[in-house]
Amino acid sequence: MLRQIEGSRAVAETVGLCRPEVVCAYPITPQTHIVEAIGVKIRRGELAPCEFINVDSEFAAMSVAIGASAAGARAYTATASQGLLFMMEAVYNAAGLGLPIVMTLANRAVGAPINIWNDHSDAMAARDAGWIQLFAETNQEAADLHPQAFRLAEALSLPVMVCMDGFILTHAVERVDLPTQAAIDAFLPPYVPRQVLDPDDPVSIGAMVGPEAFTEVRYLAHLRQVQALELIPEVAAAFAEQFGRPSGGLVRSYRTADAEVVVVAMGSVLGTIKDAIDVARQDGLRVGAMGLTTFRPFPAEAIRQALATAGRVVVLERAFSMGLGGVLATDVALALTGRDVPVATVVAGLGGRAITGGSLRGLLRSAADGSLPALSFLDLDREVVQRELDRMAGRRRSGPIAENLLRDLGSGPRRDPAGAAR
Amino acid sequence: MSEPDRVPARSERLKFYQVGSFAAGNRLVDPALRTVQSDEGRTNSITSGHRACQGCGEALGARYALDAAMRAADGRIVAVNATGCLEVFSTPFPETSWRVAWLHSLFGNAPAVATGVAAALRVRGRPDIRVVAQAGDGGTVDIGFGTLSGMFERNDDVLFICYDNEAYMNTGVQRSGATPPLARTATTEAAGPEPGNRFGQGKNLPLLAIAHGIPYVATATVADLHDLEAKVRRAMVLHGARYLHVLVPCPLGWGSEPRDTIRIARLAGETGLFPVFAAEDGVVTEVTPIRQRQPVEAYLRLQGRYRHLFDAQGRARRPELIARLQAIADRNIARFGLDRARVPTETAATVPARGAS
Repeated sequence: MLRQIEGSRAVAETVGLCRPEVVCAYPITPQTHIVEAIGVKIRRGELAPCEFINVDSEFAAMSVAIGASAAGARAYTATASQGLLFMMEAVYNAAGLGLPIVMTLANRAVGAPINIWNDHSDAMAARDAGWIQLFAETNQEAADLHPQAFRLAEALSLPVMVCMDGFILTHAVERVDLPTQAAIDAFLPPYVPRQVLDPDDPVSIGAMVGPEAFTEVRYLAHLRQVQALELIPEVAAAFAEQFGRPSGGLVRSYRTADAEVVVVAMGSVLGTIKDAIDVARQDGLRVGAMGLTTFRPFPAEAIRQALATAGRVVVLERAFSMGLGGVLATDVALALTGRDVPVATVVAGLGGRAITGGSLRGLLRSAADGSLPALSFLDLDREVVQRELDRMAGRRRSGPIAENLLRDLGSGPRRDPAGAAR
Repeated sequence: MSEPDRVPARSERLKFYQVGSFAAGNRLVDPALRTVQSDEGRTNSITSGHRACQGCGEALGARYALDAAMRAADGRIVAVNATGCLEVFSTPFPETSWRVAWLHSLFGNAPAVATGVAAALRVRGRPDIRVVAQAGDGGTVDIGFGTLSGMFERNDDVLFICYDNEAYMNTGVQRSGATPPLARTATTEAAGPEPGNRFGQGKNLPLLAIAHGIPYVATATVADLHDLEAKVRRAMVLHGARYLHVLVPCPLGWGSEPRDTIRIARLAGETGLFPVFAAEDGVVTEVTPIRQRQPVEAYLRLQGRYRHLFDAQGRARRPELIARLQAIADRNIARFGLDRARVPTETAATVPARGAS
């Protein structure tokens, strides 16, 4: 059914159709609308039997989900940013215990400085936690990934994180085709746990494992992630067959067949990138794009194939590892091991900075003419950076950096940060 | 209220024989009043072969409490365990000592995990299965306090049991928020001008639990099996968040003889340092009176963690410090009315329940 609906509500509607049994809620922007909307449905009895639990922290949210999942219930929660980091110990624990929890991550920057806007540093912080991590490009995909996430999670006994860009997707009102209950029921079988807390057949779950078996336990978790590389395309195909639209899968290519330069990215920025590519192609540039829907497990083989003919790869990412550079770019370069293809990292859109079509067209031009450095920061305001560097060189007690920068920016005329790098 | 209408106290039909302790042998007791532990058909929820130290109070407390809970729930229990000694010594896989469905997740989240289990059981239509969560004092008063307070205020249907040995024993005896003043731990060493843990610190978790207004809060020690089991039984009759705080001496961390575990636990109560009581819906309903009041010194002298208070000849080095501890014990006795030992035995067992006059 076509609805004009906010991204968060579309996710809430779809998660509701997945018949969750325990939903835990703790508020953090920009995820709140999702659990609020699910909470209303539970209050009205629309999802019965389902328990909605207002918890005291994200750490508790994931812990409640762990208990519920281990006791045989389909468990769901959502979070973002600091919330994900605050629950991180339980995030690792859920994966280590093999509990098929599904969580929406409304991607948001991680402080300090505190920032509520979008980037992917939260998801990157969890990349080694053992969760499957899927990235939605659109609100339609964000909604569609949830039934796929539950199916994957329960088939593999692994938790799945559905990442959707905070505000850009969560708060955007768009047309979304929402599935029917009957269609979801046909797509998503009931949860049959591999392990369950049952007094009639008591087991101990969560025992200490020493050096004699820890490697093997971890290796089996890796194997299930590798299995997921097979299963994710199958589930996406089954979804496409039943619902008549492509959603999910490992990677997706756009105009790469003859592309000299391929831009690799995740999430909603792919829409803007595709537009910029269309414009650049009119100017005669042979450019294309490849989006990752699946970040963990890392689809190295699919990426190798998708980039088989690319002469240059530009990884545009909304996060980076300070002191190293790109996180996704490092993984992409690993996937291209043995091939003589330069991989450039462009860090863009941190803390909600808009990634504009103009900036992307400039990026594509410099990528095409070979002037793009190995690591660059899109629309970095070098003047503001230099002022702070000078201040730090000038005196020991130069003060807090973030506040200094804001004061500098506030003192002069308001400038368009996108224009600063031109 | 006239005497015949009085609610019979739990233990008043017992006939006590003086055996050097105040324990009543089970064979002297009406079979209906015998402990779960005296029944060879008990669950042995945590069975033999675990790796606890000799004389471990926690291993004893956990078996007492869970066996009683299993009896009350007709064998249908799910236990959630925080990280700690109890978790580590019970599950050196491939061996496990647990004969109940058991889940360990993390150090600080046992209350929330238990909430999740309880929610799942409600959804699955299994109100017959009851949830018990357990942790040491670190997992309860420190790292787990946030999730515990959340579980309390939501009044989730969980019995949470804290086995309090007053420090982080599993990691090598470091101070917790439940460590008493003057106690030596690895992080409150008996060094410098003020050896041991400071006065004026620490959390009283039972009182904090009462402040949440939850249906049931009780304290107990491993020295009084009848009392501990009665409290578990009462807790299991009720629903919502229930809290049981059990004092469990730790020979390793307290520097005491394994054979003295029960003796020390009893002295903790008899000195007034550890008041034994119960509260329902925020009101204290039951206080276990001290039968034979002991000076705190009798308790301190049995424990290496207080050795710095005495010299080689056993004389108190700093009597004023011991006096401060004695003052704490005296204040507990006054506050909870623990000195009812001299009132007639008919009323000694309990203070009147709410509503009784």
